[in-house]
Amino acid sequence: MSKELYQLTLLEASDLLKNEEITSVELTEAFLRRIENINPKIDAYLEVFTDTALKEAKESDERRRNGATLSEIDGCPIAVKDNLAMEGEKTASASKILENFLPPYNATVISKLKNAGVIILGKTNMDEFAMGSSTENSAFQVTKNPWDSERVPGGSSGGSAAAVAADLCLAALGSDTGGSIRQPASLCGVNGLKPTYGTVSRFGLFAMASSLDQIGPITKTAEDAKLLFGIINGYDEKDSTSLEKELTANNKNINDLRIGIPKEYFAEGLNPEVKKIIDESVESLKKLGAEIVDISLPNAKYALSCYYIIMPVEVSSNMARYDGIKYGFSAKDAENLIDTYFKSRSEALGEEVKRRIMLGTYTSSAGYIGKFYNKAQKVRSLIKQDFDNAFKEVDFILGPVSPTTAFKIGEKSDDPLAMYLSDIYTISVNLAGIPAMSVPAGLVNGLPVGLQVIGPQMSDLDILQLANTFESNRNELPRAQIQ
Amino acid sequence: MRYDKILIERTKDINKEEDLSLKKEDVEHIAQLSRIEFTDEKKEKFTEEISAILDYVDELETAPTENVETISQISGLKNIARIDEVAESLPNEKVLLNAPEKHDGFIKVRKVFENV
Repeated sequence: MSKELYQLTLLEASDLLKNEEITSVELTEAFLRRIENINPKIDAYLEVFTDTALKEAKESDERRRNGATLSEIDGCPIAVKDNLAMEGEKTASASKILENFLPPYNATVISKLKNAGVIILGKTNMDEFAMGSSTENSAFQVTKNPWDSERVPGGSSGGSAAAVAADLCLAALGSDTGGSIRQPASLCGVNGLKPTYGTVSRFGLFAMASSLDQIGPITKTAEDAKLLFGIINGYDEKDSTSLEKELTANNKNINDLRIGIPKEYFAEGLNPEVKKIIDESVESLKKLGAEIVDISLPNAKYALSCYYIIMPVEVSSNMARYDGIKYGFSAKDAENLIDTYFKSRSEALGEEVKRRIMLGTYTSSAGYIGKFYNKAQKVRSLIKQDFDNAFKEVDFILGPVSPTTAFKIGEKSDDPLAMYLSDIYTISVNLAGIPAMSVPAGLVNGLPVGLQVIGPQMSDLDILQLANTFESNRNELPRAQIQ
Repeated sequence: MRYDKILIERTKDINKEEDLSLKKEDVEHIAQLSRIEFTDEKKEKFTEEISAILDYVDELETAPTENVETISQISGLKNIARIDEVAESLPNEKVLLNAPEKHDGFIKVRKVFENV
């Protein structure tokens, strides 16, 4: 076999396990060794569960010998973002306020992975409470991009994307509120799916902005994303926004597809070299038979502003639970109840979290709620209508994921607005609740660029199919070279 | 040239008419509501940064929202409630597992009222 075990895709590993050419213990050991060697160079993991992972791998091999495997990916080792509750394992959302927090229950996605026999290798780094686009806002460490260790991996699921890109796991889970799966996937050269809002349960996901948050897979291939998404999606009564409707696929032939190119996504602000790769990607799908049409999303220009009102308002409400009383960090020197709130929050929440709490408190406060929050909710309707109208004409929308390739560590950390602008092409998707995926499309000066595939609500399986078609027909891209 | 800078500059032009700058007292008021304390230095930094963000988002004023409904739930679900049945819940010790201070199966808090 020419590949190292850690270089396998999820599907390849699943096949080799099925044919009993490898064992889960061999595979898990290969990843644990790889993590030991490579993780210190990129700091993708916050926590590695060496003993539990090996124990679970042994159990998986045992099940296989007894013909009792639990799923297609039983015995496959993956990583999860640090904002997914795992019973009895430290889960901090990369925040000092939850530094030693031990969840008393599993997130639904974690239960689903465990019930499928998946091995969880560890928790990956992220921006604190998923607030950021570079993973620099973690209270614990800065993750480096496996393609260039002076650059960020993107964020907020930067640890998950970097771990997949550097072969430190077969696949990973991330969460996406404004682009936090797709942007790091684009910057690290891996696949990342932000599913339709409501298709994956948010129970046990540490909330950032509840009307926008969604959990999804980060993988080496589109097929792998489909495989992992198949395990984690589905109705859950513990999440009141969970959808009961089952996902179905249209399975349209590429010759019957109409693909829209929104002019607003190609205007000023987009790096010309990134644009060239996206143009070539669109051209390749045209050659395969898809019809390409120009479309307009006239309210796309308001998406960032709309998002930076709605998201912080939800943040300020969700973050109120961190009070130093029930769990998490509690200031020892507080004299009374209100002092406990002030001191615990001030000491243990990071700067970006405070900035968003402050912003959201202001734009939802008496006197300003009409001007800001209510107005933003109307604009959210307009953004959704734009997509509804577009999807009457086309099956998918294609565009860039991020206006640039990975930027330098520290380059934007003192400029919140510049950082927010790295999500300019991803946030409208969350506002509209629709699915979208970042698929590796090429390299600019040795750094990856992702193509964004956007579809209507519940078209997740069709997006995965188009991503697979695109991937199988483009030139093979190199992997990050990190040794 | 930083492409994001162009966007910021362009938006600043749109918003020249109205001054949305916060004053330090505004920041102090929001900090009070948010239950967060700041040093004077941080207050000034936040006053500047939050004003810049408010300036940016003020472009929404130009959005055509007459007769547009607000949206708060994107997938159209309404009034979702679970069936009112007794079900298993977390045991007391698990609920209290992470409480910073506890006493006899309860969470202990510091004093609530002054001078009582």
